[in-house]
Amino acid sequence: MTTLLDVRDVSKRFTMGGLLSHKVVEAVSDANLSLNVGTPEIFTIIGESGSGKTTLARMILGLELPTSGEISFRGKTVSHRVSRQERLDFMANVQPVFQNPFEAFNPLKRIDRYLEATAARFLKLKQRDDLDAAMDGALQKVGLSLAEVRGRYPHEMSGGQLQRAAIARALIPNPPLLVADEPVSMVDASLRMSIVNLLKSLRDDLGVSVIYITHDLATAYYISNRLIIMQRGRIVEMGDARTVLDNPEHPYSRLLKASVLSTEDAGDGKLGTDPGMVKLAGELVGKAGRLVDRPDGRMVRVY
Amino acid sequence: MFAVLRDLIRYNIEFAIGLILVAIVVIFAALSYVSPVDPTLIYVAVPDQPPSAQYWFGTNSRGQDLFWQLSAAFRNSLIFGITVAVLSRIISIAVGLASGYIGGWVDRVLMFINDIFVAVPIFPILVLFYFVLRNNLDSFTLALIMACFGWPFDARLIRSVALGLKHREFTRHAVFAGMSTRKVLLEEHLPYVMPIVFSTFMNNMLWSIGLEVTLAVLGFTNLNNPTIGTVLYWANSHSAMVVGVWWWLAIPVVLIVMTFLGLFLLAISMNEYIDPRSRLRRMGA
Amino acid sequence: MTLENNAEILKVENLRAYYQMNYFGVSREVRAVDDITVTMRKNEVYGIAGESSSGKTSFIKVLAAAIRPPLKVVSGTAKYSFSTGPIDVAHASPAEIEAVRWKHLSYIMQGSMSVLNPVRRIGRTFQDFAQRPLGLKDKAFEDRVVAHLARLKLPPDVLRAYPHELSGGMRQRVTIGLATVCHPEFIIADEPTTALDVVVQKEVLGLIRDIQKEMGASVVFVTHDMSVHANVADRVGIIYAGRLVEEGPTREMFFAPKHPYTAHLVASLPRIGDTQQRPALEGRPPNLADPPQGCRFHPRCPLAVDICKKEVPPMEVVGPDHRTACWRWKDVEPLVNVAKPAGVMA
Repeated sequence: MTTLLDVRDVSKRFTMGGLLSHKVVEAVSDANLSLNVGTPEIFTIIGESGSGKTTLARMILGLELPTSGEISFRGKTVSHRVSRQERLDFMANVQPVFQNPFEAFNPLKRIDRYLEATAARFLKLKQRDDLDAAMDGALQKVGLSLAEVRGRYPHEMSGGQLQRAAIARALIPNPPLLVADEPVSMVDASLRMSIVNLLKSLRDDLGVSVIYITHDLATAYYISNRLIIMQRGRIVEMGDARTVLDNPEHPYSRLLKASVLSTEDAGDGKLGTDPGMVKLAGELVGKAGRLVDRPDGRMVRVY
Repeated sequence: MFAVLRDLIRYNIEFAIGLILVAIVVIFAALSYVSPVDPTLIYVAVPDQPPSAQYWFGTNSRGQDLFWQLSAAFRNSLIFGITVAVLSRIISIAVGLASGYIGGWVDRVLMFINDIFVAVPIFPILVLFYFVLRNNLDSFTLALIMACFGWPFDARLIRSVALGLKHREFTRHAVFAGMSTRKVLLEEHLPYVMPIVFSTFMNNMLWSIGLEVTLAVLGFTNLNNPTIGTVLYWANSHSAMVVGVWWWLAIPVVLIVMTFLGLFLLAISMNEYIDPRSRLRRMGA
Repeated sequence: MTLENNAEILKVENLRAYYQMNYFGVSREVRAVDDITVTMRKNEVYGIAGESSSGKTSFIKVLAAAIRPPLKVVSGTAKYSFSTGPIDVAHASPAEIEAVRWKHLSYIMQGSMSVLNPVRRIGRTFQDFAQRPLGLKDKAFEDRVVAHLARLKLPPDVLRAYPHELSGGMRQRVTIGLATVCHPEFIIADEPTTALDVVVQKEVLGLIRDIQKEMGASVVFVTHDMSVHANVADRVGIIYAGRLVEEGPTREMFFAPKHPYTAHLVASLPRIGDTQQRPALEGRPPNLADPPQGCRFHPRCPLAVDICKKEVPPMEVVGPDHRTACWRWKDVEPLVNVAKPAGVMA
């Protein structure tokens, strides 16, 4: 099987309201993406809140089931109810990195417990020495060590260190795929780059593919191979990262790029976004359209 | 450990008073282990003697030394209360955490059973058990029965905390770290539930001792077994107040008030210490 | 008595504010604000940058007169010069603070959700906050609020809505409106756009800037995101481990910083169109209960030498309006990896 992850025509609908009133929210509509085994890559999903990127990530992780469409991992469908053993097998292959490192760890408990549990469950280790070796190995990959982390509570570490420890934990079962949901948005700006560089080295040195979800175009530009841009549940543009971000075509992509704050005009920043651009992007919300291929390899939604 | 106790006593007047009261009562009850007289025997001392140097609490109309009688009574009642509280905590934690976390039909079934136990009136049931078992109704059996009724309210409380914890990120993280449900509940969620467990423990003790006293005073327990309730029963049946043996009623009542007040004060003052948020602040978060 | 532009509106001198905790056998003193001296002027946007646990939030709490135990002002002053007279918020009485709150001094907090009461309509929240300071009757007050909301491009029926009925961006605009409806002279904005999407963030920042210029108010803008400072602040001050390490005009700070920490903050910003490897700073911010000796940045500083470990560097003036606290500020230039545009002092 050369396909690692295949997401095909996946949609997710939420119904809200009770007996008398009914509201259907289409969180994700017809999402399609696939990742290959041989080529480790960083695949970025860019979107703002309400774009459906988190819902899509949750479906890939198996935390939600799609309303329609299919998600398969290494050829095996995972978008239906599975047994505990199958779920554990899946988790050995796909691990998450959560957004808020301070929430991801129980504030009352020491953080090495999670690493130990992962090593015990997925590597099936029992001896103290084996567990320590596995934990230390993973921690070294992210630039920490077991001595630094042992016995520590979450509040004793910085956001950057905690997030690195979380990534180390995710790496313990040697998964081919990591799903990182906004891993740096809650980390301070000065510590952010160490995490982003780490994700890059995961791909380059360890051959791990990462699905990187973010709203920050600059870091996406810096490390992604391919990316998709989502607006209100629909993929509006998809393709190679540099190609798309250097010259975005879809009005929403252009709006996103124009809204990024740059430091070139430090002290004299222009904060007005062209209202025409905003209006154009806003009008396209909710329109289905269809994705078409472009000669430079990207796909754009046209109406 | 001692620094904690010292600070609690210094800054928390409720804790200090509660600790003193409970300490007095517990020491008093512990003395029964070295009692020179057998508290179940009657007419071993001169009856109806007021408190004196020889009989510190006097004697009752049944010819028993009241001091040792009450000591045994309090020991039995406290042990009874603790037994009920521990057993019902175990049940309520298990039901509450499992129900809140697992959800689905497990939740529905457990809460259905829960609501049945809440609705069933406990007093008639206890009386029924007494009539069926008569003298076979010893303390431990009674404790078991009461434990079966003491868990529903608290299970719902714990369940609501568990529901909130289910959606926190660290729970999901723990699942992806491969932790089994049992491990998640006992190691991740239990610390958050401890304040409820602790304060309801005290409540439960008070409730069960109170219920036992009620049953005994009405004559529905094994009356030869010295407990707070049976002491009051005998005092009543010998018309202690009318006859003039006031110490038979007054002294137990004072001791009961001390016990209840002490336990209550301890419960409310320890709560701040056990609360996860204050723990976090102390750890430096 | 109104102040001229460029006159001082806030003078903080040697402010020290610590968290002193002593209960349940634990005794700890966290030196959150450790000797900060800074002056802010009328009609300017002063950006404060710093990581979390740098002490900037505690500093803001003192400025906002929200000093509650275990936070305690140990020494120093923070004097505002409002049109009604001076007030030292580090030592003022609750009555004096009440007199200036919202009318002269207001704040925009992070997470508009926590400011807006979820079970009260927006109009009522406005009444709760602003009616007493303004001293207007109901109808006049409502007219004033509606006119103010129009400036923020919010329709009048926002007043009848509940917070959850509005989008995140609208809620934040309401929070800005709430903070500015009394036309205060000093506004403290604590990470007001951190939780917002990119598109909305730019809009909200533009609004804050426009309102500031219109009202001639001073704004203290606290965020750890340097690209926001680049576009909004007139001057930027960097706080590290409870101390101010550098302060200067925005342009200078970005293109010719004179402190290694500032240089790192600027150099590590990713830019679209640039895939050059970005440097990352090792280590972590110091524990404020037990900070390092000498310059607090020395454990992580690429330029650290012996004197940095022993003695605290003093604040030195290194350019017009530009000061820094570093023993080796003259050697910082090579750490900056952006080309200097014309007009920036070397």
